[in-house]
Amino acid sequence: MMSLQKFMPAWVKRVGLFTVVALFLAGVIFWGGFNWALEATNKEEFCISCHEMKDNVFKEYQNTIHYTNRTGVRATCPDCHVPKEWGPKMIRKIQASNEVWHKLLGSVDTPEKFNAKRHELAQHEWDRMKKNDSQECRNCHRYDYMDYTEQGNRAAKMHPKAFEEGKTCIDCHKGIAHQLPQIDQHIGKQNEGALEISHGDKTEAKVEEKK
Amino acid sequence: MRFIPALVLAGAALLSWAGVASAQEVVESLRGNNPITATSRTDNMFRPEKDQDLIPRNFQKQPPLIPHSIKGYNITQNFNKCMDCHSKERAEETGATKVAKSHYLDREDKKLTNISPRRYFCLQCHVPQFDAKPLVENTYKPAAKKGE
Repeated sequence: MMSLQKFMPAWVKRVGLFTVVALFLAGVIFWGGFNWALEATNKEEFCISCHEMKDNVFKEYQNTIHYTNRTGVRATCPDCHVPKEWGPKMIRKIQASNEVWHKLLGSVDTPEKFNAKRHELAQHEWDRMKKNDSQECRNCHRYDYMDYTEQGNRAAKMHPKAFEEGKTCIDCHKGIAHQLPQIDQHIGKQNEGALEISHGDKTEAKVEEKK
Repeated sequence: MRFIPALVLAGAALLSWAGVASAQEVVESLRGNNPITATSRTDNMFRPEKDQDLIPRNFQKQPPLIPHSIKGYNITQNFNKCMDCHSKERAEETGATKVAKSHYLDREDKKLTNISPRRYFCLQCHVPQFDAKPLVENTYKPAAKKGE
């Protein structure tokens, strides 16, 4: 031990080598455990372990292209709803504690209650996506990688136009994975006075920048 | 001409035999004899046609055909996906065909400010196109237009 002590800094000598090694191992275990818990709450099984998710939004999502498609690539709940970057992910995870609270309160524990709140819940996600320029869409769908010649006539026409206007994915692609809340589309008395869907304001600032 | 009665007799015999045979035929469902628990065959599925330009009408006042895929486009109580592009408020921006003025009339031909609710289910008249070929030849010709 004497020979080793020559190479140890003063503070290691003070607290002892054993304590230093033990603290290091504890750090590894705690960080690993934290990450494990984070990953465990980032799985589809975790999301649909609540019947609120399983019976409403998960069922709707099963009929959509992000669940069932020819190539077998699937985007699960966290791919769209939890940011991939560490900072935003932590913020989202802390916000999610509010969702645990409402699970305990039973705020949306029946389909009727869920549908009554659908507009508010959807709006939260639309706002979040609008704010981060649809980051979770763009993790897979990069628009500078899009080959317009492979797209349908309508997509090939609308995509460049929308990007030119500074729009983001969620401006047009609402309700692609879950059912929409009531939207006023000026059809009869159906949904009259309900939410008017936004297709993205033509953000003047961005248009001017381009000029 | 003497064997005509014989032909008629033979024909009648054939017909009655065919009648018996068809009566004994088991009606096959689209699933075939597949048990309900098994996956049904998929070899004869029709696919929607690729996006194309407007399809000309075959007769006057024909509801225009849908020249694009409508996969994943739902009409629910909350939202009508077709009207997301084809409504008069949206058509200019999206370049879609605007919903016709006739869709704003009620059954007494009174003009409404909103689309008439009886027009809610677009696919009742407007249909998308699949690669299914006609089973029999179609010789339909539209009536001549006025003044033709």
